[in-house]
Amino acid sequence: MSGHSTYEPKTGIERWLDARLPIIRFAKETAIDFPTPKNLNYWYTFGGILAVCLVVQILTGVILAMHYVPNGDMAFNSVEHIMRDVNYGWLIRYMHANGASMFFLAVYIHIARGLYYGSYKAPREVLWILGCIIYLLMMATAFMGYVLPWGQMSFAGAVVITSLFSALDQIIPGLGTAITTWLWGGFAVGGATLNRFFSLHYLLPFMIAGVVGLHIWALHVPGNNNPTGVEPTSKEDMVPFHPYYTVKDGFAISAFFILFAWFVFFAPEALGHVDNQVPANPLVTPAHIVPEWYFLPFYAILRSVPQKLFGVLAMFGSIAMLFALPWLDTSKVRSMRYRPTARIFLILFVLATIGLGWCGGKEPADMVITMGHDANNDPTGFSVVWFSRILAIYYYAYFVLILPLLGLFETPSEVPTTISTPVLPKGGSAIPAGAVAAPEKKG
Amino acid sequence: MLRKSALIRTAVAGLGLLAVIGAGSVAGAATTQAPLKEVPGGFSFEGPLGKFDQASMQRGFKVYAEVCASCHAMSLMSYRNLCQPGGPFYDERWKDHPAESPYCKAIAADVKVPDIDPDTGDAIQRPATPADHFRSPFPNEPAARASNGGALPPDLSVMARAREGGPQYIYSILTGYVAPPAGLTIAPGKFYNPYMPGDLGSSWSGSKTTVPLGGVIAMPFQLTAGRVTFDDGTPSTTSQQAKDVATFLAWTAEPKQQERKEAGLAVMIYLIFFTGILYLSYRRIWRDVAH
Ligand code: HEC
Repeated sequence: MSGHSTYEPKTGIERWLDARLPIIRFAKETAIDFPTPKNLNYWYTFGGILAVCLVVQILTGVILAMHYVPNGDMAFNSVEHIMRDVNYGWLIRYMHANGASMFFLAVYIHIARGLYYGSYKAPREVLWILGCIIYLLMMATAFMGYVLPWGQMSFAGAVVITSLFSALDQIIPGLGTAITTWLWGGFAVGGATLNRFFSLHYLLPFMIAGVVGLHIWALHVPGNNNPTGVEPTSKEDMVPFHPYYTVKDGFAISAFFILFAWFVFFAPEALGHVDNQVPANPLVTPAHIVPEWYFLPFYAILRSVPQKLFGVLAMFGSIAMLFALPWLDTSKVRSMRYRPTARIFLILFVLATIGLGWCGGKEPADMVITMGHDANNDPTGFSVVWFSRILAIYYYAYFVLILPLLGLFETPSEVPTTISTPVLPKGGSAIPAGAVAAPEKKG
Repeated sequence: MLRKSALIRTAVAGLGLLAVIGAGSVAGAATTQAPLKEVPGGFSFEGPLGKFDQASMQRGFKVYAEVCASCHAMSLMSYRNLCQPGGPFYDERWKDHPAESPYCKAIAADVKVPDIDPDTGDAIQRPATPADHFRSPFPNEPAARASNGGALPPDLSVMARAREGGPQYIYSILTGYVAPPAGLTIAPGKFYNPYMPGDLGSSWSGSKTTVPLGGVIAMPFQLTAGRVTFDDGTPSTTSQQAKDVATFLAWTAEPKQQERKEAGLAVMIYLIFFTGILYLSYRRIWRDVAH
């Protein structure tokens, strides 16, 4: 992290501070001078977008918490009070609710970018794992946040997700029940559950912020990966973070905000579910329980397995795969730009995940392809549950079969010797051939 | 706070829900619904630039007050809300003090709300003030059910956001009552409505392939032609009354909707302009870097 500082304290007070807490030096090194590969494309702007998303969620969330009442009898109305009586409450709430969706949209693109350019490979495994932890924390936070308005879908969602843990009864009798009772703060989802979810929903974002700090630290040790997947070899390959990436990220963040604002102002409930405008009623179960869109692929995996315990394991396992990824991919080539075969499998993987998301929004017995009707006039054919089984198998195969084997058998295309090679005129290399023999040693 | 009996019921319901989830891939009942009706002339508030039609909201409020309010509560609304900016009875002169508006005072004064006499502690009825919430027709849920054949008329405050299709759904339900097709058994006190989501398979005597769309609803047909007399002379057809009350309910469901869209337009223009400037800065800063 150090070594590229050009900071020279100019005034007396700066020199005084620099000798005691070199915080200005630190800021200059990490956010201004930090050498960054010059070939990062727009897919790389999502890191900055995510940082802004986190700030937006925390700021709007803190304000919402000033008006929200975490009580089973009052939560629903307190949210409506925010929408009606609090100055710009509607804006703050819609930013927070849609901000969660934007956050996930951005994190999915950020993860997909990492998958494509091999950003999880050595020496960036810790960086990648910290990212996976952030993603897990985001899921927990979003889930608990969705419970807070205490509508019908909030309640049903809380019941479905917390009772997943009861599957543990099949391993150690009583364990699952004990955990669910402990999560609920009683014998059913109720006011006590709501209250503790609110507490945790307020806590977790600050834990996310902490892990984001580590994530950025872990990024600044090996430095950014880049679309070629080739480590930088010379100063030629780099530009200082500021102004080059502040302006590029700034442009991308602003463009992203156009999409965000479109949802907030013109379609604020398009991503929600109408049932959540009905106050929670334990005696009425919604006809179709669907989670928020960003959980649908995992919901589909859960439901694709007929046995509950294995369904739960399959669901959590699908996320565990991400953690193991750095050691599952055996290829020496980092970027899939130079792995034509792997690239096809990755595109299929993304499509399979989107397909799983589609399945998660349908009923398992719905038909993908209807071939006929049975005696009750119910359609028969290729059902959603079978489709999600096939997709889930591919999801797993990508991690445990395709990536480990492909790295051993595929023939990658020619990898450029330096970052600058692909952009220079034909045959040109940024530096004399001899210099390549001593690539900068990092990590 | 959940009372003990409620807690037990919750626990039972929770277990029931678990059973449903545990069963997993059991085929769910097929809920059907006829495609929603086109609203004649459409709703003025639809689309990113839509605005509420104040006259329509006023008529809609009258329909609500004279018809729906005898069964449905609207507990999130206060009389003062009717006069706030964007509301049906908004008037520039009381911009900053909607509760002072004579319209709202008059509307509220016509309604008697329950209260406690501060001197004697007796339960009394007094004229409402603009600060009061809309009067609920029933003192509690059992009373509401008892008067409606066991069904509970839902609170209408956010109804237009609580159903797929929103105002269009409300319009379709209110105007959609038709005689049940021969072969469909409807229990007494229930009514056939093709726009109410339901599964009529078990009350249908005909072939499984021709089960009528829709379901049964415990609310009788309300908006007969001329049921409400509009002060502005608008002909009081079933369709007009339904469209106006749906407009009013769209506003109560989100009173800040128009403010939101207007702010959105300004934000969009600003963001697009700002993004353009950032793009030009980006091009300028990077102009000498091959990448
Ligand atoms: C005689 C009492 C009564 C009146 C008057 C009445 N309703 Fe209802 N309404 C009910 C009942 C009871 C239900 C519950 C129906 C059910 O659950 O089957 C209901 C349900 C509804 C629903 C919800 C349907 C659904 O999807 O669950 C809407 C919307 C509605 N009413 C609107 C109105 C409007 C608008 C008016 C005024 C024009 C009105 N009602 C007047 C009794 C009434």
